[in-house]
Amino acid sequence: MKAHLLFETRDHAFDAPLPPNHDDLVSDLELTTLLGAMAQGDRYLYAVAQSVLLAGVDDLEVIGYRQAVLTDCLAHPDVVRDLYEVAVRALEDKRGIWGFSSRSPSSILSGAVSQLDASVVRLRDLRRLADQHAGTFASVGLRTLLHSLQRDLDDDYLATVDRNLEQLRFRSGEVISMELGPDNSGINYVLRTSADQRSWRDRLRIGPRRSYSFTVPPRDEAGANTLSDMLSRGVNLVANAAAQSVDHLASYFRMLRAELGFYLACVNLHEQLVARGHPVCMPDPAPWEDRAFTCTDLRDVSLALRSDRPVVGNDVRADGQTLVIVTGANSGGKSTFLRSMGTAQLMMQCGMFVAATSLRASVAAATFTHFIREEDDTMTSGRLDEELRRMSTIADQIRPHSMVLFNESFAATNEREGSEIGRQVVRALLEADVRICFVTHQFDLANGFRLSAASSTLFLRAVREDDGRRTFRLRVADPLPTSFGEDLYRRMGGWLDEEQPERALPAEPAGAVLHGPSA
Amino acid sequence: MTRIATHDATGSPLTLLFPPGGYGDGAVEGVPAFAADLNLDQAAADMAKGQEDDLVGSLFYRQLRDPAAIAFRQQVFLDLERGSLFQEVSAFVEQLRRVRAHLVALQKMPDRHHRNGWHLDAVALYCDAVRALAGHLRAAPLESGALQAFRAHLEGYLASAAYSEMEAETRSQKSALAAVRYCVRIHGTRVEVSRYEGEADFSAEVLDTFERFKQGAAKDYRVAYRGWPGMYHVSEQILGLVARLFPEEFGSLDDYCARHQDFYDPSIREFEREVQFYLAYLEYVHPIRAAGLPLCYPEVGERAGVFALATFDLALARKLVKEGKPVVTNDLRLDGAERVIVVTGPNQGGKTTFARTFGQLHHLASIGCPVPGTAAHLARFDRLFTHFGREEDLGTMTGKLEEDLLAVRDILLHATPDSIVVMNEAFSSTALHDAAFLGARALEKMVRLDLLAVYVTFVDELASFGPSIVSMVSTVVPDDPAQRTFKVVRAPADGLAYAMAIAEKHGVTYGRLRERVGP
Repeated sequence: MKAHLLFETRDHAFDAPLPPNHDDLVSDLELTTLLGAMAQGDRYLYAVAQSVLLAGVDDLEVIGYRQAVLTDCLAHPDVVRDLYEVAVRALEDKRGIWGFSSRSPSSILSGAVSQLDASVVRLRDLRRLADQHAGTFASVGLRTLLHSLQRDLDDDYLATVDRNLEQLRFRSGEVISMELGPDNSGINYVLRTSADQRSWRDRLRIGPRRSYSFTVPPRDEAGANTLSDMLSRGVNLVANAAAQSVDHLASYFRMLRAELGFYLACVNLHEQLVARGHPVCMPDPAPWEDRAFTCTDLRDVSLALRSDRPVVGNDVRADGQTLVIVTGANSGGKSTFLRSMGTAQLMMQCGMFVAATSLRASVAAATFTHFIREEDDTMTSGRLDEELRRMSTIADQIRPHSMVLFNESFAATNEREGSEIGRQVVRALLEADVRICFVTHQFDLANGFRLSAASSTLFLRAVREDDGRRTFRLRVADPLPTSFGEDLYRRMGGWLDEEQPERALPAEPAGAVLHGPSA
Repeated sequence: MTRIATHDATGSPLTLLFPPGGYGDGAVEGVPAFAADLNLDQAAADMAKGQEDDLVGSLFYRQLRDPAAIAFRQQVFLDLERGSLFQEVSAFVEQLRRVRAHLVALQKMPDRHHRNGWHLDAVALYCDAVRALAGHLRAAPLESGALQAFRAHLEGYLASAAYSEMEAETRSQKSALAAVRYCVRIHGTRVEVSRYEGEADFSAEVLDTFERFKQGAAKDYRVAYRGWPGMYHVSEQILGLVARLFPEEFGSLDDYCARHQDFYDPSIREFEREVQFYLAYLEYVHPIRAAGLPLCYPEVGERAGVFALATFDLALARKLVKEGKPVVTNDLRLDGAERVIVVTGPNQGGKTTFARTFGQLHHLASIGCPVPGTAAHLARFDRLFTHFGREEDLGTMTGKLEEDLLAVRDILLHATPDSIVVMNEAFSSTALHDAAFLGARALEKMVRLDLLAVYVTFVDELASFGPSIVSMVSTVVPDDPAQRTFKVVRAPADGLAYAMAIAEKHGVTYGRLRERVGP
């Protein structure tokens, strides 16, 4: 039995390791805020949300399948919560009763039987919910799940389970079949159903000798121990079967909890974004070949969740552009835009909504981030060395049709060298069919692409008003040879913290649509 | 001294270790002085691990002066390395080890039926091992005289009537016993033994009921029971009854065991013992090769034109590979009249490792083993001298210098033109002036002797001491002296720009990225 809420034909691998670049993604895109909002303090939900968010898919059908399930969940959050609760309860039962590890087979057996008893109660709960809400949902995923609960947990089956448990509870005397091991000791103990007691009696009376028997004398302790040892070995397989059945049930409930948990986490996030008045929409994923990226009022979810000030969204049209270069004023919203782009890409590719009024974007094989790091915590090598090591790690993992977000990368050396490295990296990746968004203050690097690859490059610039204030909104504009760091220092008295625009100035309402050269 | 040679049926010597008539140049007592300096003692200890007798210990330091004896072993190595013969012979050795363990174990078994079963099993394992080995040798395109001779001997053994009868009988005994299946019914203290008559498996029924919830592989809850270590009388009693239920099978086993007491051929045992020298070495270098590091079979001859490409310190490589760290390879080459390599350069740059490598290469080649590198020509030598100053000894400055002087004098008094000398920071405990003066004297002597040497020093001027001296330097990243490359090169470090050098190091230049990231 399967939940199959994330894939129509298979499970999501929750216990698979996170992608190797997950640490960078989480810290560069500040995903802990996003995941925290999804989890609402529940560490389990946090892990579930992280596992699904970071293991995005690039299959448009899968994304559509999840979007439909999520739409159902947003419309009927209570039913999702009820189903989720049953799974949670079932797993709590297990924690309560199931505590044995390597005891004797007979105690394993009795522990397993009481656990099975408890699980059957939860199965009946699931069945009841499935009966109640059979007609509630529109998505294939949820309809199939409820239908399978009704079918696989039908009355006949539940009766069979009861019968089995009854047999496990009452036993007296055992028949164990054996074979000869390498030293002729008995091996391959298998407990046999002892329903054929009569034939045993027959064997004793009729025909040639086919059985021999003896009795262990009452005071023969060693003999009695051997017998109880043999009995334990005999019960071993049945105890194992019962214990494995417990595990099967637990694994089923775990899987159910995890898959439902992801949607529940989405519902949590949705509630918070809506409560804060942010736009939310289901994105429109496009095939890679379209090189689509067009958004209106796209916001950085983590900033939106943290900030008490209004948050500015960006309108960008970069369809057909494989390289987006963002230049301009410090604290002008460049990094925020970069994060909003990366976060939206991840959310879209795991089937979630995004914080925008619209987004159409091509799916990527994988998304990578290469952000400047404030400190070098390795202490063994210089900053450039550290940056290039991370670049090399990306090169190990990346494949064509991926996306890389660079934030002030290769700036740890002088501009001539940094630009040269940046140019070589970008050129190589573009030729490998990788999409890039590069935030840089290095004019030499940005301008190089303006001269060599203008038609496939979109240049955005953090806007500065005539009075020197920043709007935190990006505009299509070629790179300028200078940056605006100086006046920021002047205005903020040296307080330079690029990612706190809400501290700097109140935001303005959304502005004009930005068009790339080919749009 | 270990007995090395044995004789086959015709009386001619049959050994894998020395060519016919050659028994090397005498055994070495104890561990030679160079072993610790070159870290060969670690390697030897690792190789000897898990060996039953110390064959490695007795052969590892026994240098062969005769190139024919070296070639003899190289051919055995080459044969073992071809195809999967190494794994096949290892499996053979492993299986025979089990056979001997069986023979030891059955001595302690009081019950005849148990003992017989174990004996039968030992013979079966033995026959399987011998038969399998013969098949593998038959399929292998053997080129070494030693293995060809053993193969012929083995064929003769297998074709003998005694062996083939034993093998056939073993097989039929085994299958007769494997077919024995019986039931033990235990009720209280009463035990009844009968033939098995198709009673149903109860655990299968239980598993079947709960199978539908299974999400993945199930944990094994079977309590682990060891065999029947004590052989209690009850189990013997049961086995006795089983023997009565199956009188034919057990009677014929009694007879079989009486006739096959001495089944283990001494020539097989000797081969198994000797081949472990080769297996131990190949086993030792296996992880190193698996990490992509090359080994090669050196040509061993004149001391002019010594070279080794992409070579490395074997013991260090083994350690680094285990820790998952990269291993740096170096090329070394002495052209024409060049005899002495003087290594200078920054500390921690791989100088000592380089010196060790030179010594190891020559020693390993001299015992017929493959050496680190893609290709090598190495010198025959009469003695290998090493002197490694230890930095941790710096506390006793004056005593240390005297010690150094005595050791160096001792070496240079005994060295001949055919010797190899490896000296590492020989006079590091003294002032620069002294070290230069003493080093120059030592080098003069070595140049006069025209012997092969590596001399590691912190005194730069020693590197340009004469035409037979080659200067090599350890290198570091130019702007980051903390960075270790462990590369030792013939020329001083070139002036590659720091940034591009690091980019190159991390493989993130345009060219390297195009190679690394498809398409």
